[in-house]
Amino acid sequence: MHVQVTVTLRTSILDPQGKAVEHGIHSMGFTSVGNVRIGKIVDLDIDTTDGKEALRVAEEIAKKLLANPVMEDFTVTLVRNGEHRK
Amino acid sequence: MRKAKIGVVVFPGSNCDHDSHFVVGEILGQDARFIWHKEGSVGDVDAVILPGGFSYGDYLRCGAIARFSPVMKDVVRFANAGGIVIGICNGFQILTEAGLLPGVLLRNESLRFICRDVFVRVENEQTRFTNACRPGDVLRIPIAHGEGNYFADDETLKGLEDNRQIVFRYSNATGDVMPEANPNGSLHNIAGIVNRSGNVLGMMPHPERAADPVLRRDDGRLVFESMVRSILRTEQVFEIVNQRS
Repeated sequence: MHVQVTVTLRTSILDPQGKAVEHGIHSMGFTSVGNVRIGKIVDLDIDTTDGKEALRVAEEIAKKLLANPVMEDFTVTLVRNGEHRK
Repeated sequence: MRKAKIGVVVFPGSNCDHDSHFVVGEILGQDARFIWHKEGSVGDVDAVILPGGFSYGDYLRCGAIARFSPVMKDVVRFANAGGIVIGICNGFQILTEAGLLPGVLLRNESLRFICRDVFVRVENEQTRFTNACRPGDVLRIPIAHGEGNYFADDETLKGLEDNRQIVFRYSNATGDVMPEANPNGSLHNIAGIVNRSGNVLGMMPHPERAADPVLRRDDGRLVFESMVRSILRTEQVFEIVNQRS
């Protein structure tokens, strides 16, 4: 199974990188854009046919390693074969 | 005379390991040894140093992968049993990732890597890492990091303040803690903290880079000297053992 984990800074944490990109976006003329936040995507191939199990494994990995709960939130999403990773 | 046995953990990407080893072994004349990160045990040591550097290339988050190195399990055990552990720069990041210290080191507010001398005021001179300092001492020590912006939630910060766990704060040369003296955006100008029981310290400045009189800046030596004092339970101020000419 293929699981995608996204990791983003918690909303209570200032994201200077996002702020810098937001400045760039405003400089381009898109002044309607706000709250730009930068995160990470981690793709995992998990050797199981059980979607629930794959999500459980991904979640444990995300909790312990991929995200630091003090500053980050994460989501895990099951991705159907071929939908991603082209 | 008994010597303090101090182990320096070497992760792939550590780059202040030799400096730390040099300070302990050559400057202070103690028993310094390296501990490869794949070791299952820290061995027979009185204290452990997690040195600065870029363990695992700082991939994912600084310190996040090093925290799962085999030796870290034993470092956690050692720390929980009351052993003295100091994490410097990347070592501080690893200690927060490993849950031995609260909070986290975020990207510097400026987004820049900062490498320069800063001043830190000693906020608590009664720790195992500062007992060679006098109250209110201001140390000149370099920082070199991109992620040194200390963050913790309000409750954690209050605990740190109430229990005097904040050991170093960024200040100006005369010891005034002010926003202008804060290089990276750290909350409460925090440069270094200890855990509740006082045996684990994390600090972003590099005392090992300012510990040799030859460099004409050796304020950082006080940190190592304090550790040795508390290990050997002596008030003796160490002579510089290595009088290299």
